[in-house]
Amino acid sequence: MSSLTQQAAAHQAATVRRRWLLKAPALLTIILASVGPLSVMLVYSIMAKGSFGGVNLGQLSFDGWMNVFVERDPFDDTLVLADANLLILWRSIRLALITTIATLLVGFPTAYYIATRPEHIRSQWMLLITIPFWTNLLIRTFAIMGLLSNQGPINNFLIWIGVIDTPIQMLFTDGAVLLGLVYVYLPLMVLPIYSSLERMDFNLVEAGYDLYATRLKVLWHIVIPSCKPGIIAGSILVFIPAIGAYVTPRVLGGGKNMMMGNLIELQFGQGRNWPLGAALSICLLLIVTAALIFYIRASSAKDISHGH
Amino acid sequence: MRILWTTLAAGAFLAAASGVAIAEEPVLSLYNFGNYTSPELLEKFKKETGIAVTVTDYDSNDTALAKVRAGGSGFDMVVPGANFVPIWIAESLLLESRPDQMPNFKNVEENWVNVDWDPGRHYSVPWQWGMIGPVVATSFYKGDINTSAIWLDPPAELKGKINVAPEKNDVLYAAIKYMGGEWCTGDKELLKKVRDKLIEAKESWVSMDYGIEKMDSRDTLAQLYYNGAAYRARKVNADIKLGFPKEGYSLFMDSVAILADAPHPENAKAFLNFIMAPENAALISNFATYANGIKGSSAFMSEDLKSAPELNISSEHLAAAGWQQVCPTDVDELYTRIWTDLLK
Repeated sequence: MSSLTQQAAAHQAATVRRRWLLKAPALLTIILASVGPLSVMLVYSIMAKGSFGGVNLGQLSFDGWMNVFVERDPFDDTLVLADANLLILWRSIRLALITTIATLLVGFPTAYYIATRPEHIRSQWMLLITIPFWTNLLIRTFAIMGLLSNQGPINNFLIWIGVIDTPIQMLFTDGAVLLGLVYVYLPLMVLPIYSSLERMDFNLVEAGYDLYATRLKVLWHIVIPSCKPGIIAGSILVFIPAIGAYVTPRVLGGGKNMMMGNLIELQFGQGRNWPLGAALSICLLLIVTAALIFYIRASSAKDISHGH
Repeated sequence: MRILWTTLAAGAFLAAASGVAIAEEPVLSLYNFGNYTSPELLEKFKKETGIAVTVTDYDSNDTALAKVRAGGSGFDMVVPGANFVPIWIAESLLLESRPDQMPNFKNVEENWVNVDWDPGRHYSVPWQWGMIGPVVATSFYKGDINTSAIWLDPPAELKGKINVAPEKNDVLYAAIKYMGGEWCTGDKELLKKVRDKLIEAKESWVSMDYGIEKMDSRDTLAQLYYNGAAYRARKVNADIKLGFPKEGYSLFMDSVAILADAPHPENAKAFLNFIMAPENAALISNFATYANGIKGSSAFMSEDLKSAPELNISSEHLAAAGWQQVCPTDVDELYTRIWTDLLK
């Protein structure tokens, strides 16, 4: 009897050991690639800043975190709201949201159009959607720069047909940044919506028409609900990189219309305030986490309602 | 069997011996500002010494400092600006390579030997020097361009068409002078005026970015930028002129130095000596179109460059020029705050 329990215990111990061994590669990857760097960021954010960049390790200071929200006026030493940081934070969230909505407005009809083509043509359309991915982001952004330039084709064309006589300033504006973001992230919206539309049962649409639903009603009550997971996934895929965008605002914003990514870079470069940079990075991470939690909630809620 | 062992042992001994003889692989890596290194110079260096140089770009002094400070950069040489050299030295990032004891050091112009940032040149060798000032497309604006008002109190013709180079010290130097102060001043009342002026002026700027090419395409009609770049812009559009602000403007000199953790310090020393030869220094200037500080190099420079008004500053204009000394830490911190306020 006792030997039996011993055997069972030994067997269980072996199973546990094997489980840990099997888990080890994943755990190691997570610790090295995710927990490690994040801890460095966290530690740096609560250290005093070094005078030429870097931090004074071991010298605890919460200035970095405080400076995200308030700062000491350099001239009279009073505490004031760090309105510039908050303004940039707000600009990032606003631009990322507008980008998400704009890509949805353009991306949904595109995906719908492709999903309703005959099967053999669909893959050709999808190929066209993915082709821009073959070119480096930086090069695509510089291409837009050329288009928007004062002597670029758009301005030249408008002058040639006589609509304007001096070039319109398009480059280095919020509009230019927005255009760049929408262009760059559009495929990330089209692909997930297309894949949920592809799985949709189009008999439902027919059934809707048979029951005298208008086109709008079919769209609203049948098409959109059945590709909701795709819409949510697309929105998250666009929103997350858009809020942390660096290259697009840097190239098309002319270094004047900063977003979070640029503000963080500034702190690690000319600003020489690494703790503030680390704290701002963590803030950005928290916003992204919030968006992801929203995504998980939204998609699991959908599973319950369709659970029957 | 014994023969095999003997051969192996001899081979190992030879390898060890030659390992001592060939100290370094014939390669070298230079970390420099973008569009600043003459490919012709590197080709010539390779032909003469067999050492192949690879170049990595940075956009600003701060970027370079941050990257190398982080450690493990793997670069051999860097080209910091005058006011940054003391920081590099204080942070023990540079090798005391004693260029002043190299054979070609005799070619360095006297006024570039005992410089504030590296007295007697124990660390660094002149690369190029110049000034920063307003670069204006004069067919769009006919007024006086020898003033910082071009970008601090811009005329209506230029509003919304101005680019300002995003270099903290260059911008602040000109702005402090414009508001009647001296460089390194800690006078908070004056600095507050400087900040307010900059923030007000920023409304009229279209960008704060690197790149004189935006003058070529007329995306900007005026810039606060460097004289060598102004020369290149004039080659594209003949109406582009460089101003020398009477209120004051700053000179700069970038110097090459070897990093303390350079993997190939001996090759780097050979490079420093190489670029102090007039015919080689001229190659640097011919490419990046700035003056170099090496005696006799103008004989090897292109005709155009020799007579360029952007590079040959008249004594009248030179009177308003000044250097950016390294400011005390508390003053520098104040300047950084003003700069961050401006960039936001």
